[in-house]
Amino acid sequence: MNTTRRDALKTTGALATLVSLGIITQSQANAAVTHDSFHSIKSLEDALKAIGGQPASNDQVSVVAPDIAENGAVVPVGASSKLPNTTEMYLIVEKNPTPLSCAFMIPAGTAADVQTRLKMGQSTNVIAVVKADGKLYSATKETKVTLGGCGG
Amino acid sequence: MADPMRIRAALAGDETTVRVLMSHPMEPGTRKDASGALIPAHYIKDVEATVNGKSVLKAMFSGSVSQNPFLSFKFKGAAKGDKVTVKWTDSKGDSRTDEAAIA
Repeated sequence: MNTTRRDALKTTGALATLVSLGIITQSQANAAVTHDSFHSIKSLEDALKAIGGQPASNDQVSVVAPDIAENGAVVPVGASSKLPNTTEMYLIVEKNPTPLSCAFMIPAGTAADVQTRLKMGQSTNVIAVVKADGKLYSATKETKVTLGGCGG
Repeated sequence: MADPMRIRAALAGDETTVRVLMSHPMEPGTRKDASGALIPAHYIKDVEATVNGKSVLKAMFSGSVSQNPFLSFKFKGAAKGDKVTVKWTDSKGDSRTDEAAIA
């Protein structure tokens, strides 16, 4: 039946993504996160696994987010790193259904300093994880949300 | 397809700051409409900015980036008048490219 085949394909796809995630993390490819992995990341631990491991909290990394966000649909968030050779930056919204929100690949000559606007479903920690010289570092900021992110 | 991106690029000293406002619904695929049906996912997945043929930023977005995504970043090595080109590709395979000169 169509549904069975679709389910089978879905499972195979998900498995393949997980396997490829494992392979990529182990072999330390340039970007450890692929687009398919964004959707399958349902928790902070999954996000950190996809990024490549447990980051060390570092005060050279900062995440800029409001203390209180009145509108969870549009929360200005920034990440910056004073660490040399910062090549990747990730923004994680811990309590979102898909916590890994966005990733930035920073080439030489570009500042490790980005800003964007994210949706937040509820009050949560916003975590910036950066990769500098192949190692992971992070900073965390708690943002309280008064009106949740997807119209809820 | 969508409205043009608004790109502002300003040089201060040796650093250019770029601010982009993209026009896109950014549906995560988890929202429901009035009748309770799931609104299908439709969001920008990849963004790339280039200046003088050199890539200055690559970003991957998910559906949790706000509607009409805003992006700001800085880089060195460009001059006034150089063109900053920004291209986004979304989950449906559509893409849009816009450019602005550094002021």
